[in-house]
Parts: sequence; C-alpha cells; structure tokens
Amino acid sequence: MSLATLGQSAAARPASRSIGAIALIVIAWAVFAAILVLPLYMVVTQGLSRGLEVFWQAISEPDAISALKLTLLATAISVPLNLVFGVAAAWAVTKFEFRGKSILITLIDMPFSVSPVVAGLIYVLLFGSQSFLAPYLDSQNLQIVYAVPGIVLATIFVTFPFVARELIPLMEEQGTTEEEAARLLGANGWQMFWHVTLPNVKWALIYGVVLCTARAMGEFGAVSVVSGHIRGYTNTLPLHIEILYNEYNIVAAFSVAILLLVMALVVLLLRQWSEARLSRQLQANRED
Amino acid sequence: MSRRTSSVIPGFGLTLGYTLTYLALIVLIPLGAMFLFSFQLTSEQWWALLNNRQLQFSLKLSFGTALAAAVLNGILGTIIAWVLVRYTFPGRRIIDAMVDMPFALPTAVAGIALTALYAPNGLIGSLFPFKIAYTPLGITLALVFVTLPFVVRTLQPVLADIPKEVEEAAACLGAKPLQVFRHVLLPSLLPAWLTGFALAFARGVGEYGSVVFIAGNIPLKTEILPLLIVSKLDQYDYPGATAIGVIMLVVSFILLLLINILQRRIQPQL
Repeated sequence: MSLATLGQSAAARPASRSIGAIALIVIAWAVFAAILVLPLYMVVTQGLSRGLEVFWQAISEPDAISALKLTLLATAISVPLNLVFGVAAAWAVTKFEFRGKSILITLIDMPFSVSPVVAGLIYVLLFGSQSFLAPYLDSQNLQIVYAVPGIVLATIFVTFPFVARELIPLMEEQGTTEEEAARLLGANGWQMFWHVTLPNVKWALIYGVVLCTARAMGEFGAVSVVSGHIRGYTNTLPLHIEILYNEYNIVAAFSVAILLLVMALVVLLLRQWSEARLSRQLQANRED
Repeated sequence: MSRRTSSVIPGFGLTLGYTLTYLALIVLIPLGAMFLFSFQLTSEQWWALLNNRQLQFSLKLSFGTALAAAVLNGILGTIIAWVLVRYTFPGRRIIDAMVDMPFALPTAVAGIALTALYAPNGLIGSLFPFKIAYTPLGITLALVFVTLPFVVRTLQPVLADIPKEVEEAAACLGAKPLQVFRHVLLPSLLPAWLTGFALAFARGVGEYGSVVFIAGNIPLKTEILPLLIVSKLDQYDYPGATAIGVIMLVVSFILLLLINILQRRIQPQL
C-alpha cells in the first residue's frame, strides 16, 4: 500500500542482475528524465532566462499579486469546506452500515472523473445569464459566474473528493473497536472523535488536505470556464499564466509558473513525509 | 465481515445528512441541471449536433489521443512500476517520489512547459524533422505526461504483494521468463493494469489545461472535445456546449462504472 513498505521487498535483491533488468532500469531512467524532469527544467530555465530581476518583476506586478490573492482566497474557502465534508463523509461511510453505501462512495468520487471543463460548464449553465435562476440572481444583484463566487464553486467541485478519498480506506481498515471502547469508558461523542479517531487518521488527513490544497491552487480548466478572464478581478495564478503566454510574454508566464512549480515540489515532499508517517503508524497498529 | 453494531457510536444522522446535503448542493444539483437543460434540445437539434463534422472530428481526436496515451503509459508505466518494486538501483527513491509530479504540478504549468519543449524550436522539438507541438502527436505526449502516474500507482501495490516465491516456483518447474510473465504475473496484474489504463484514458479524454497550449486549437486539426465546449461557450452556444458536456459525462460515467467493477475484482486478491 505505502511507498515505504514497497521499498523493503526490493532491498533484499541480490547484486547480480541480468541484462534485461539493466535494460529495464535504463528505460525507467530515460522515461523519468525525458518525461518528468525535462518539463520542470524548461519552467525554471525559461522563467529565469532574463535574470532574477525580470523574474521578480513578473511575480510582483499588480496583476500577478491580485491573481495570487484570488488563488489563495479560493483555496482558503474550498479546502476547509472539503475537509469538513471529507471527515463527515468518511465517518458516515466507515462507522455505519446502510443501504446504498457503495453508490454514495461512487458519487463522492465523481468529480474526479468529470472533465474540468464540464465542471465549469455546469455552473455556467446553472448560474449564467440564460439560466432560469438568472432573473432572481439579477434582482438580488448576485453575480456568480464570471465572478469570484463562481471561481470558488468550481474550485470546491474539482477538489471535492480529496480528503474523503484518503480517509475512507484507512478508517475502513481501522474499524470501530477503539471508538466503541472510548464510548464504553465514558467519553462523549466529541471526546471520542478528538482523542481516538482524529489521532488515528491524522497523517491521512494531512495528506488529503495537501492534495486538496495543491489542486485548488493549480486548477485551470474549471476555473477558466467560469472566470470570464477579467484581468485583476477574476484571474487566478494559472489563468494569469495563460494570459501572459497568449500575449507572448513567455518569460513572465514561466516566472509565475515557477511559483506553482515550487508549490508542487513542496506537495511532493509533504507527501513523502506524511506517507512515511502513515506507514509507520500502520506498522505500529499491526504490531499491537 | 459482520454487521457493525452502531448503537454506541454517535453522529450517523448528522454526518450522513451533512454528506448528502453537501453532495447534492455541489455535485448532484449542478450536474442534474445540465441534464435537465439538455432535455430541452429537440431530436433535430441533437441530430444536427451529432452530424456536425467539427464535433465528429473532436470526438475522434480526443478519444484517439487519450487511447494512444493510455496504451503508451500502459507499457511505460508497467516498466516503471516493475523496476521500482523489483530492483534497487541508484535514484530509485527519487524516481518513486517524482512519479507523482504530474498530479502535483498545475496543468497550465505542464502545458506551457511541454509546448516550449516540443515546439519546432524547442529542446526536443528541434531534434525532429517533423512537427510535434500543434499536432495530435503533441497532444498525445502531453497526455502521456499528465496520466503517467495512474498505471504506475495502481500496479505498484499489487506487484509488491505477489510473493517472489510464486515466480521462482514457476521457474523451477521449467517456465521460461516470458512464460512466467504470461501465466503467473499477467493474470494477477491484469485487473490493476486495466484500472490504471481506464483511469488514464478517462483523464485523457477530459484533460484541458495541459493540452490547450500544445494543441494550438486549430479546428478540424487539433481541437479536442473540452476545447470545443469552451469555444461553443465563447459563442454563447449553450445548447451545443451542453450536448457535448452530456456526451462527455456519459462517457465518464461508463468508465467510472468499469473502474469500480475492476476494483472489486482486485480487492479479493489483496
């Protein structure tokens, strides 16, 4: 299941290996270099090709700052909402038996299999000017699509399953015995949750939040459809990159891309860290 | 597994109620609204849309490039998963960690980086006498990048769970390496492989950010399905955009169903 335990089976391999094995390792290295590393190299070299000063200018101009602010706003709203939802959904699904559970799990996963453009489209259809809701929204002076609320909604949609998905398999495996024990020892519902359930799922929860945050900050397709591309108002960082790129301002586009690349690298590091903690915890649980 | 006695654990009504409400508000009602909107289309409108050459071309292009990328990743991903699980070699941990890069990297960043790489004057593009960016080949390569982790990550745990002894036993009984692969490994890997393949294919059909830059968006040449939706929306052609959205959603439902069935077939082995 986890990366750390996968490593152990490989550690015992003998040193001698066939030509076939060496060839496969070389292929893996080549794929890694050509497919995974070269694009990252392009981002960094293009972004810094005119020096640090130009890079700094590109990421500190007012449009970039307002794009960063909107990205952080959408992330700050969508991640906590999906965190609460993920915990609630995992709780309902793993601690109780009820009919239609597997359908519910499938529905929770659904936003992953919907194209980001379709995710944007559904909100445009629901809240756009041709919608049956439009007269009401107009009378209330509410603008949802082509405005900040639409961007937040689209971000919530595409990051919807992340926390629930990380929690459900783990909580399924852990079962309900510890919670039942806590209850029998006199803990109330919240005490049981804070002192028993939460410590047990801590690392999976952190990992889910990390993935959710990364996707929220990096989402392009869904946000692009609902944004209306109003510069300085409905631009997130990824959309800002697109605008710069289409204006042939390539260096600035890559400069802003470096910011998001750094974010992606931090996500990978956090992933390694939380996975290692999680597998250590699972190991400890099994030994108990 | 026995039925759980849930009487002592609180919160069923609260958590399930909240889950269903939130699910309905964010996912089900907006998706349902799109289907409702599509019912307003008359059969003539559907017919005209489906007979449209631009749509037919985009359907073929999106499914074709997604399929090509999934096949390519089916091969490359299997090799990477195999190497990561079975061998120790310098850089194994780095490769293992970096396999998830396409999931963590925002698609727009991947899109401009790949375009710069494969453009006619780019680092890789300039090595080839033919054009890669702004052709279906470029779209396929972009999809290979974004869907690389799927096959690797679905195969890795399954591969790690197959005891080495099973292969050794087969080899001792006189099976050649290829026979071991075909008769011992393949049957146990196939469900996981197909899951990874289907996930990669589904993502490839719907992918937008990483493809939009390298595609160049030339109608009847490199216009993928999601792009067609965007251009219909730009022209305020809501019925057209809805129809394509419904088609894509139905396809992803079918793929999701398939993946669920496959995953249920993997579970008993674990």
